[in-house]
This record gives sequence, C-alpha cells and structure tokens, in this order.
Amino acid sequence: MSKTLFDKVWDAHVVHEIEKGPQILYIDKHLIHEVTSPQAFKELENRNIPVLRPQQIVATADHNTPTQNQHLPVKDALSRKQLQQLSENCKKHGIALYPLGHQYNGIVHVMSPELGITQPGMSIVCGDSHTSTHGAFGCIAFGIGTSQVAQVFASQCLLLTKPKSMRITINGQLKKGVLPKDVILYIISQIGTNAGTGYFCEYAGEVFENMSMEGRMTVCNMSIEMGARGGMIAPDETTFEYVKDRKFAPKGKAWEDQLVYWKSLPTDDDATFDKEYHFDAEDIDPMITFGTNPGMGISMNKNIPEIEDDSFEKSLKYMDLQKGESLIHKPINYVFVGSCTNSRIEDFRVVADYVKGKQKAKNVTAWLVPGSKQVEKQIEDEGLKAILMEAGFELRQPGCSACLAMNDDKIPAGEYCVSTSNRNFEGRQGQGSRTLLASPLVAAATAIEGKIIDITKELN
Amino acid sequence: MEKFINLTSTAIPLPVENIDTDQIIPARFLKATNRDGFGENLFRDWRYHKDGQLNTDFVLNNKNYSGPILVAGHNFGCGSSREHAAWALADYGFKVIVSSFFADIFKGNALNNGVLPVQVSAEFLTKLLKTITENPKTKTEVNLEEQYIAFESTEDKAYFEIDAYKKTCLMNGYDDIDFLLSKKAEIEAFEQDSKLARVSD
Repeated sequence: MSKTLFDKVWDAHVVHEIEKGPQILYIDKHLIHEVTSPQAFKELENRNIPVLRPQQIVATADHNTPTQNQHLPVKDALSRKQLQQLSENCKKHGIALYPLGHQYNGIVHVMSPELGITQPGMSIVCGDSHTSTHGAFGCIAFGIGTSQVAQVFASQCLLLTKPKSMRITINGQLKKGVLPKDVILYIISQIGTNAGTGYFCEYAGEVFENMSMEGRMTVCNMSIEMGARGGMIAPDETTFEYVKDRKFAPKGKAWEDQLVYWKSLPTDDDATFDKEYHFDAEDIDPMITFGTNPGMGISMNKNIPEIEDDSFEKSLKYMDLQKGESLIHKPINYVFVGSCTNSRIEDFRVVADYVKGKQKAKNVTAWLVPGSKQVEKQIEDEGLKAILMEAGFELRQPGCSACLAMNDDKIPAGEYCVSTSNRNFEGRQGQGSRTLLASPLVAAATAIEGKIIDITKELN
Repeated sequence: MEKFINLTSTAIPLPVENIDTDQIIPARFLKATNRDGFGENLFRDWRYHKDGQLNTDFVLNNKNYSGPILVAGHNFGCGSSREHAAWALADYGFKVIVSSFFADIFKGNALNNGVLPVQVSAEFLTKLLKTITENPKTKTEVNLEEQYIAFESTEDKAYFEIDAYKKTCLMNGYDDIDFLLSKKAEIEAFEQDSKLARVSD
C-alpha cells in the first residue's frame, strides 16, 4: 500500500495498538530542559519508578537562562533553583546534560540538530511545542506535556491516537527578500491558527526542496502555530549533507545502512492525504504580523484588514493598531533576533549582510541572541560579530531569551518589538509588550531605520 | 488522579477565541519545580492590572459567576505545550472546560490532570454562553458516563466525543504510566526487534 512519509515513520514506531483506542508509540529520542521536566522527575520518584532509557535522553538549559554574564551565578533565585534541579536530576539518572556555558549548550531545537542527534526517520519528543522543528529532517517530532515527559521517562513510549495527515505544496521561485519565515507566516495567514489541529503536516514542492536545512527548520518550527502537532519535510541530499559528520551522526557502515533506510522514507507517488493545500511561491511577499496570534499576518506593503469580529477587535485594541492601517513607517524601539525559529547561522548571515556598513538607529534596543554556543562561535569565526558590532549591535549569549521572556529579556509594556520569534500572544515578550513577527531581514531593516520600512522597495 | 464521573453546577462564561496557554499561565510563573499553587496565577494578566489592582471587568472577578465549569471560545489552549496551564485550571478549581474547539496538546494535558475538555458545536456553545451570561444561576450538567452536556430549563443536550480509553482512565482515576508499565515486556521486545536509530552516546 502507498504510504506517506508520516505513515512510514509513525508505523515503524508502533509497539502496540489498543482496540478502538490509542497506540503505544516508541520514542527514539527524548529532549528535556529545565522548565517542563522537574515535575516529571518528581512524579517518577514519588512512585518509585526508574528512568527506563537514560541514554536516549539529552538535556540542555535554555528557557530560563540569562543571556549576559553566563559565567556568573544566575541572579534570579527561582531560575537558579530550576537549573540546579535539572543538573541534579540528570546526574542522579545518568542523563547527558549540556548546561549553561557548555560548548554544546543552546536552545534545545537548535543544539540537537547541530549535534546530529536529530536524524531522519526518528521519533523525537520534548516538553516544548516547538519540537515540531525536527520534522525538517523527516522525523516525527512533537511537543508534549509534563505528564507525558514522565511517561517517556518511565517507558520510552507514549499513548497516542494517530493524527491525520495533511500536505502543503508550494511550487515556483520565491521572490527576492522572501525568506522561509515569510513562507510559514504566509501559510498560517492563509489557513489560520487551527487548520492543522489534529494533523501532521508535510511540506512539499520546489520551495521546500530548494530550501536549506536551517530554512526547513524555521518552517517546521511554526507548524504548531497553525495547530499541527508536527511538520515534516522529506529527507533528501540537503538533509544527508547536513547530518553527515556531525558529532552523533552515524559513521562508516552504520551511515551507509541508515542512508538506505532514509532514502526509502519520502511519500510514495500515489499516497493520499486527509487534507491538501496548494500555494504559489510568487504570491508570497515579506510578511509581518499585526495582531495577537500568528495567523494575523499580512504582506508588509498591505494594510491591516477590516474585519468585524470581537476577538479581532480585542486583538487590535491590545496592539493599539487600527483597521485599514499600514505598518510602513511605524516607529519601533525594540528588535529581537533569536528563538528556536530564527537563531541559526543563516539568520545571522542575513542580518550581518544587511547591516554591514550601516548604523543601528539610536531609538532601537536590539537583542541579537544566537541559538547555541556553536552558532555564537560560528558568528565569530565568520567575522559576522565584527560587522554587527561596527554597526552598533551587541551580541548576547545563547538561550530562548525574549521569545518567551522568562528571563530578564523583557520588552516593556506598550512597546512594539519586531521579533524573529514565533508567537505574538498578548504579553508573550513581557507584560503589555506588543510583538510583530517577521523575518531576520525585516528585523535587521527595522533596527537600522528605527521604523518599519517596505523591504521589497529597498531591494528592488 | 481524581476520578471524574458526573457534575452539575453553575458555569463561568469566557467568550474569547484563541485563548492561548500564555494567557492561561504567563511564562514568568513557570519557574516552580512542583505542580501546586498555579491557580493563584491563572489568567494573571486578565485578572489583574499591571499595577496589581484587581481587574473588576474580568469574569473571574465577577461574584455573579462561579463554578467548576469554564465555557470558552473557539480554539482554547493553543500555543505552548506547558502543562502548567492545565495545572493552573485544575488548581483554581475547574473540572470541565467547554469550547467548540481545543488545541491538541492542551486537550491531552487536561485529560492527564482530570480536567475534562468538552467539545460542542459552535451553535451549542453560543447558546450556552448566552444562557449562562444572562442567567449566572443556570445549572449545567456534564455526564461523562453517557457523554453529554445539558443545561437546565431548556431541552438542549449535546453529546460529546471522548476516546474510550481516556474515558475509562478518567472514570477510574488511572493514568497512562500505569498502563504503559503494564506493557513493559512488549516494549522491550520491540526494542530488540526494531532497527531504529536511537543515538546512544
């Protein structure tokens, strides 16, 4: 029978099927961090259950970490306690941990792929909804709650009902200045924030085939913002090239064997999906959001739509924006480049390339936060740090930072922030903060101008 | 986990769509390392003004409305996977959330904490919201065994779906760990047989 990429990977991991009920799905790799794991460890200890497969778990500190002075003790007592607890739990249960300051430390969805932990055909979970990122490698990867973290600790499995399958196909060539972030913001603006709920989504077509792994990760990362538990892209030469020779990638004969399996994963020609969408690459412009969910996005050069709806109006009121208004020339005081969506080396190359020889606007506070220690090092090695500093930017240390503002990186109330992160919910970047989601290119241009500009005009 | 079977009570209307888990429990309250006490900060930035004053316009601060049933707009619980959202709702005292649509991860988290998500049609939701808003004393009945929700003084009754396995868990207070551990031999046999990559270092 013809199968989709999703079917192939899912079916290979089913341990047991309950009649008229969920399935037991085997989990190859479990990623954990300090915020959603402590209660799961406690649950196991209370019930006197051991961690079944500690060698299949990898831990990092990211959500709650400072992005300055990481060599000093963490100032915030609660954050410090949470980080200590992660270290103690990992030590007690024999789990590999890359703590703050470690050369492999970073945002969980950045460090795992760059270490080659993430490989095609795997099942990967983490107590974080953006685990969908790893689907870029042709994995089944999704976010779970803390009770499920405890279940995976105890059994290396989860009880799940198999999601339905959908596919989004985009063919054609992207226009100049249109980045992977614009592609996913465009998709969500077209189909809405719950079109994917109950589904795993495969992205197919020329646009994704021609995309780098970093770009594919940006797209799959935001699958959850349209409600899909996970996104997937078929593994191909781009994928293999990226994974090859990374620290935990298979080597020698193991590599050759895996390659044969990975090449068998793409969706069969006549396989069918429960739902399909098609878009044209030429229709996609640089995007920006204006509301309080990621579906409220528009082409930068368009005006805010005029929709009669209570929730829509509540959202605009929070943002202090009007129906029919254009965002071009809107003064902006905060810019954030970072998060598991856009904090990889390619994102910083885009920013450095744009700001080279220019100066950051005086009114702008810009936080540039690499996704990992390795990205931080790459930025330095490639000479990007010098370019950024010359343009008046300061580079911070890795972490989730202002994406969810659990640490001190908070946008003040009432301020707008053009952000490369993934969520523009009320107060997401700090109480009362107003987030405008965009690509690293749009963020860079905003930081230079101190206001939003129409990047397409600038490029053409 | 506490057992859940039937419940008849007043309900609280919150007719806002796309309520995300950042609203249910803002990230700055996720620093705790245990599960208790999150109710205090449930809907924190809607319940309180920035200066700490109570927002008297918000329904949870309106004494006319009370009860363990929350009736909310479409796509409840979207966004972050934080189970703290389910803990906060449970800790505050909610046992049932009614909406016309739930986000996947939230739904699972709620069920794992004895909070029942009841999905109804948009029409039923509108009618229920209108009724309880206009008459806060209206009693709503949630019957898990027979899988229906009804409100008094009308003929209205809606049946809801729930996975048979999850229903058994809720009605008996079981959780998934018990079940998964009972299948340990099968899981180990699967590990032996399958040739999946696992990356052990």
